Amino acid sequence: KSLRVYLQQIQEDLNKQLFDNLVSFLRKSHSEFQEKTTEWTCRMKAREIPTAALVLGVNVTDHDLTFRSLSEVLQNTVTPYIAFLEAKDCPGIKNLMQKLMGQLMNCNIDVDSLEDEDYVQVSQNRVRCSMTSLINWYENVTKKTDSETASKKRTSSSQHWQSPPVVVIFKDMESFTTKVLQDFIVISSQHIHELPLVLIFGIATSPMIVHSLLPHSVSSLLCVELFQSLSCKEHLSTVIDKLLLTTHFPFKLGVKVLQVLINIFLYHDFSVQNFIKGFQLCVMEHFFSQPVSVLCCQLEDAKKRVNPLSHEQCENIRRLPSFRRYVESQASEKQIALLTEDNFLKETIQKLLEDLNVYHENYISVLRCLHVFTSSLPKYPLGKQIRELHCACLENQVWETKEYESSLQLARMLNKSDLETMLQQCVEIFVSSPENEFDKTVKKLKEFLTQFQKLEDAFQERDVSVPSQKELQKKTDLYHLQKTLLELKESRRSKKLTKFEMLRFEVVDYIDSLVRNYLVPADHKTLHEIVYFNTASVLREHLNAAPRIALHTALNNPYSYLKNQALKSDGGSISNKAPDICIVYKLHLECGRLINLVDWLEAFSTVVMAGEGLNADTASSDQVDDVIHARFIRAVSELELLGFIKPSKQKTDHVARLTWGGC
Amino acid sequence: MSQPEGKSSRALEVKFVPDEDVLKHIADDAGIKVRKDKSQLAVSVKKLVKKLENISDDEVQEILEEDDYVAALGISAQDPMGNGSSVSGGEVYSFQTPKSSSKMAELASELAQAPGQSVAPCHSECPEKTAKTPQSSSKFCGASKKREFVSTTPYRLRKRLAAPDPCLESESEYSASCSEEEDEENQKEVSSVLSDQKTPAKTKAASLPPPRNTLAKKNEDKMSNLVEEYFEAHSSSKVLTSDRTLQKLRKRRLNQQTLHDLLKEAPLAYAAEIKELNQQHESLFSKWMLQLRLGFNIVLYGLGSKRDLLEKFRTSVLQDSLHLVVNGYFPSITVKSILNSITEEVLDHIGTFRSPLDQLEFIMKRFKEDSPVELYVLIHNLDSQMLRGERSQQILAQLSSLPTIYLIASIDHINAPLMWDQAKLSLFNWLWYETTTFSPYVEETSYENSLLVQQSGSLALSSLTHVLHSLTLNARGIFRLLAQYQLENKDNPSYPGLSFQDFYQQCREAFLVNSDLTLRAQLTEFRDHKLIRTKRGADGVEYLLIPVDDSTLTDFLEKEDEDV
Repeated sequence: KSLRVYLQQIQEDLNKQLFDNLVSFLRKSHSEFQEKTTEWTCRMKAREIPTAALVLGVNVTDHDLTFRSLSEVLQNTVTPYIAFLEAKDCPGIKNLMQKLMGQLMNCNIDVDSLEDEDYVQVSQNRVRCSMTSLINWYENVTKKTDSETASKKRTSSSQHWQSPPVVVIFKDMESFTTKVLQDFIVISSQHIHELPLVLIFGIATSPMIVHSLLPHSVSSLLCVELFQSLSCKEHLSTVIDKLLLTTHFPFKLGVKVLQVLINIFLYHDFSVQNFIKGFQLCVMEHFFSQPVSVLCCQLEDAKKRVNPLSHEQCENIRRLPSFRRYVESQASEKQIALLTEDNFLKETIQKLLEDLNVYHENYISVLRCLHVFTSSLPKYPLGKQIRELHCACLENQVWETKEYESSLQLARMLNKSDLETMLQQCVEIFVSSPENEFDKTVKKLKEFLTQFQKLEDAFQERDVSVPSQKELQKKTDLYHLQKTLLELKESRRSKKLTKFEMLRFEVVDYIDSLVRNYLVPADHKTLHEIVYFNTASVLREHLNAAPRIALHTALNNPYSYLKNQALKSDGGSISNKAPDICIVYKLHLECGRLINLVDWLEAFSTVVMAGEGLNADTASSDQVDDVIHARFIRAVSELELLGFIKPSKQKTDHVARLTWGGC
Repeated sequence: MSQPEGKSSRALEVKFVPDEDVLKHIADDAGIKVRKDKSQLAVSVKKLVKKLENISDDEVQEILEEDDYVAALGISAQDPMGNGSSVSGGEVYSFQTPKSSSKMAELASELAQAPGQSVAPCHSECPEKTAKTPQSSSKFCGASKKREFVSTTPYRLRKRLAAPDPCLESESEYSASCSEEEDEENQKEVSSVLSDQKTPAKTKAASLPPPRNTLAKKNEDKMSNLVEEYFEAHSSSKVLTSDRTLQKLRKRRLNQQTLHDLLKEAPLAYAAEIKELNQQHESLFSKWMLQLRLGFNIVLYGLGSKRDLLEKFRTSVLQDSLHLVVNGYFPSITVKSILNSITEEVLDHIGTFRSPLDQLEFIMKRFKEDSPVELYVLIHNLDSQMLRGERSQQILAQLSSLPTIYLIASIDHINAPLMWDQAKLSLFNWLWYETTTFSPYVEETSYENSLLVQQSGSLALSSLTHVLHSLTLNARGIFRLLAQYQLENKDNPSYPGLSFQDFYQQCREAFLVNSDLTLRAQLTEFRDHKLIRTKRGADGVEYLLIPVDDSTLTDFLEKEDEDV
């Protein structure tokens, strides 16, 4: 049960990170927003409604969260009057007004908890939903809050300005009917003097939509300002960065799993929400299916948990393939001790867990460092994003790949200023990492930096190299000439390595050595099963399921589900003993757009009778056996339920096929 | 196309073996050889190879791209995946190509004698049988007599049957008679798509492969025509099938009850295996429970009724918790009724709501309170006719997104996932579980108005009598007039209904109305009760119809007569 609590905590953390991310973005847009509202008066004269067009991208599913936090922030800082409209609630202008007023008046009740008798009545009988009543309400409310602030100096209302604007959020602007939007805008622009209205449009496609949806006469009433939200890809990078590339969470994703998740994101929905959902599923699945996941927690807790492990659990650990490999690499007496003595095992586990933890810390720092180098190379041989690099490193030993080779080569051609900034960045990364193992590394990198500095000084003083051309002119002997030329060439080749170049080589080699040291793929590590979740197939099954393929398989090849020898068949055909529905399905595949039921029934009974070993003679008559008839009816109506056929009026006793071809 | 020479004698049946068939057999033999001894996983590769031979280039391209995509998703072929994933999408969704109408009978007979069936060969070969039952054999070939093309079914997808041994035997049996006809025929129509074959009456003509050497060459150039054939098959909207009807089968229609009884008698095939499957699924119950509690919702898919499984889940796990079972397959279920049962029975709220949206809002508010009710909702057939609408799904999605409502549902329709767009999917927060059970859809299909089941019409009848009893005598008379007139014309398929003017005349003659205004008022009342339907004819005249089938109407009139 502790698992569940643990899980929930992780989920909360997850959401919090996401939330922080969003709020910071909102603050930014919000500050501009505030400025805008201060210019209120001049806008009013032009009868323009200030409007914020919020371009949110195609990942519609994430918008909900964005808007929720947006309205929260607005509530806290700008105005208590926020209405949140969705297209599906507002098929007409009347519904829109109703919804709007309902939300505004309700939220007001929530804000100032003092409820005036008559005020409640106003909100109760929302019969008259017109702009005038809205304005009246607004005047009432502002007057009241003004007097209240004057008398009570309430903190909550002093946060807001004297006449807080009424914010109306259109969550999905594209799906509103244009008529409704136009009407609303025209009406409210008439009353903008009395009612300080601000509109926020949530836009999924492009800002041009405002102009294509609204005619010029209407859009001229809006004073649109554009806000761009964080793109979903960046959003994902942040989430991955905060979630996977920290030592904060002990749980890690295996490479296959991560790839599946990222691919679902890139190929299917661009939804960070879904990515997080997948991650949650991974966490759940890991703790549910992996018995050794007990130890998947912060290092201190894990160490505590090692001691009370039961014998059964120890056996589980001994069964892990990575642990077996570890045992095999040990000396023989140690092997026996590991396999037989629980206590010794526990000690070793503690040590190994510590190693694993250290490995992770180092891994992340070095990975970031490598990313600094690879992300600026032309053509990005190792990927632009750190997640790609992460995948590559997890998959196999990255230094053996061709891409790594080519990126090292490219790194050897970097110019000095780039190299310096990169080194600077690396130093920062290492300094900020909690592990002190990198002291030496930092020192070394700093050394490199100072050397670069010196180089620069030296470079200015250095004279231009002595031309050896003069010597060449003296000797006219062909043989000697050739020889000197060769020498010259050789010396030039070696000499061409200036000090800078040598230093550059050194730096790259050093980075290379770091990579080789620290970026070992996780599945080479002992006990990696404890923290890594690797069964990608489970994830795919549950998140990216293919119901139609399952049906197809079941109908075409029942043997894959029903392990009965009688059903086994090769070459894609099915045996005549297959379940009724499979036979009926197979027969219907052979038909055109319309199927004659009589033909179908007869074909079916032929097959079934043969399958049951009934001699056709016994049922030689025209009449089909009643039971078979009934079975046929059942199978056909099952196919109808599954959506393969539907009754057709085109011809008597015919059904129409609904599918193309095979399924 | 075929020459009708064979039709002159009844003893002989003309059997068409379209080129495609021939081709199928030949391609088959090649295919089978390759396919043998290959593991399941290699099959997809093999198919690709086969396709490369058969299919035009662009299609291959498409398949390759598809493979790329699949690989990109991180499932390589060696990944130990579930059963389903070994099927590529190209197999499931594919082109229609023309198809001869004899295909079904053909496949049936092939299936009937699939290898391993000891009985089959003797049945197919037994010559007395054909002699004994001429009419049944004629029926079998009836489909083939029509010899038109019917669209559909890609040839590449069609699972080819290995030509069984008995087939070869029969070939030798008939070959003598075949080849004679064939020779002349071949000369006549080398270019035609079909080749005719005259064979003695036989039930299993279809699986008879013609002499290969003569036809092999012809097939080669037919391959290139496939594309044209595809468009040919789609160019005409007319589909041709045989004209046989169930009535000619001299078969009484089964009604729901007898059907049920008959099926009860029939033993369930593969009960042991199905039980095993179910046990596998049942082992997941605790996991489902955990996942539900963690905020996921679960959707079950796969062939077979999942009702019993969900019921078992309910009885074994949810016994002590508050739960709501929704039978989506029930024909009169609506979202409103679901919402009502939540508000009235779960939340004990008495009162009505103006719209489902208001109700939903109320529910959401109640469930978001500090100490919310925890509710498990089980929906059988979330994709049923009544619930699959956009608005219903939206409401259900919003319900399921509530943190204390746990939804577990099943879907069956092949296109069910199309109900949900991104927004709804994220609200539902599904976890998909494949639960193929192979159990028959007993409950689910019992409401489906199957073509084959006799409509008892008892419901319509009772409603008719009910409404009419509340009307005046004159009104009943008016309705009777209309009903009688409709029954008189029941043999006329193009009966448009009774025109208003004629009807008025008749009613006047029967002293039922005195002005057309009274008649109109009366008709409006009928229309309100959906007893009649009016439609305007081409000449602008109003025609009146009773939208009830003839047998029910006859019953109704009989009953009326009794009463009077």
